Amino acid sequence: MENIYDVIIIGSGPSGLTAATYTTRAALKTLVLAGEKWGGQLMLTSVIENFPGFPEGIEGPELMANMRKQAEHHGAEILNENVTKIEMSERPFKVSTSTKSYEAKSIIIATGADARWLGVPGETERIGRGMSSCATCDAMFFKGKNVFVVGGGDSAMEEALVLSKTANSVTLLHRRDVFRASDIMIQRVKENPKITSLLNSEIVEVKGEMRVQSVMVKNNQTNEIKEMPVDGVFVAIGHIPNTTFLNGIELDEEKYIRVKDGFRTNVEGVFTAGDVHDRHYRQAITAAGFGCAAALEAERWLATDGEETTFKAN
Amino acid sequence: MADITLTDANFEEEILKSPVPALVDFWAPWCPPCKIIGPIVEELAVEYAGRLKVGKMDVDQHQVGSEKYGVMSLPTLLLFKDGKPVDSIIGAQSKEVIKQKIEALISG
Repeated sequence: MENIYDVIIIGSGPSGLTAATYTTRAALKTLVLAGEKWGGQLMLTSVIENFPGFPEGIEGPELMANMRKQAEHHGAEILNENVTKIEMSERPFKVSTSTKSYEAKSIIIATGADARWLGVPGETERIGRGMSSCATCDAMFFKGKNVFVVGGGDSAMEEALVLSKTANSVTLLHRRDVFRASDIMIQRVKENPKITSLLNSEIVEVKGEMRVQSVMVKNNQTNEIKEMPVDGVFVAIGHIPNTTFLNGIELDEEKYIRVKDGFRTNVEGVFTAGDVHDRHYRQAITAAGFGCAAALEAERWLATDGEETTFKAN
Repeated sequence: MADITLTDANFEEEILKSPVPALVDFWAPWCPPCKIIGPIVEELAVEYAGRLKVGKMDVDQHQVGSEKYGVMSLPTLLLFKDGKPVDSIIGAQSKEVIKQKIEALISG
């Protein structure tokens, strides 16, 4: 029975690695199936300015490397493997990757979310040829060019500000009539002479020979569609939860895991944490917090043979 | 491990004139997803030694190659055969995905 883990954590963003730190410190035998691209969304960001404890900010990949080291320091076993299947019909649960199977008494699903693309004709074949989801990575290729940023949240504002340093012009295109970004970010965008806003608008098609040369933009108030020339389109319209490999876990209409009191899923002994269930906050620090909570729930559940499923602080 | 750094000066000799197929990682130090791909590319250089030429091109230092091949996104991996680009992988993809493309290239 020694090969049965107390907890298998699937995913290695802030929620998964925080959960691992807590479960190992509670002396639970823990395996983290981190994924081939371990570390989650923060591996794709530059400086994080709002994670407490780092007054000058910290690079996303550095923060994740630290979290991983911390979990490993406390005894977590971490493998960079992608989970392909979970079998939950009987316990111990069986979690499979492309090469191996692992058994666990409980599972914490912390697979997070990936960037969402527009999903319009002409987009997929131009990813990397003018379509991008990373201004930090690709801004240098748009020196003196005209670019669009699609989205209305903080990350869209951030992308626009990054691009404004090199591009000739930046147009922020958003489908609603107001941005939902924080005031400080909206203010920075408004004060930037290179950035203009185009509200109530959606891209319905991307066009161009080989690369992006123009987009068809629809005004969703008037339904008028016009072609606008552009060299690059940066997409920052949120995320899609990574739940496609889950069979038997209840999801909501947008494919997020449906979470119950105590970070439980519909399957007894299977917990969840982070962006894979959280559509509201989606911050590194909330994900870490959810990871901690799910770990405490799993610990309590294991300690009481499943009798107590909601953690109650004394 | 062998140095796999490419420059504008040695690109032609190392990649275009390579007797075996080649893979080039276009990257930059300020690109977060490049940090995911970089170590994978270094592993692949070892695993495919002798069968695949692997090189890394820092586009912050050397822009001729990336301009010539229309690289507009980082990281971009370009696969070369007989001096011509035949396939590309854009963004941080898994090692499995990259290996599938390499296998197709060296067996084709």
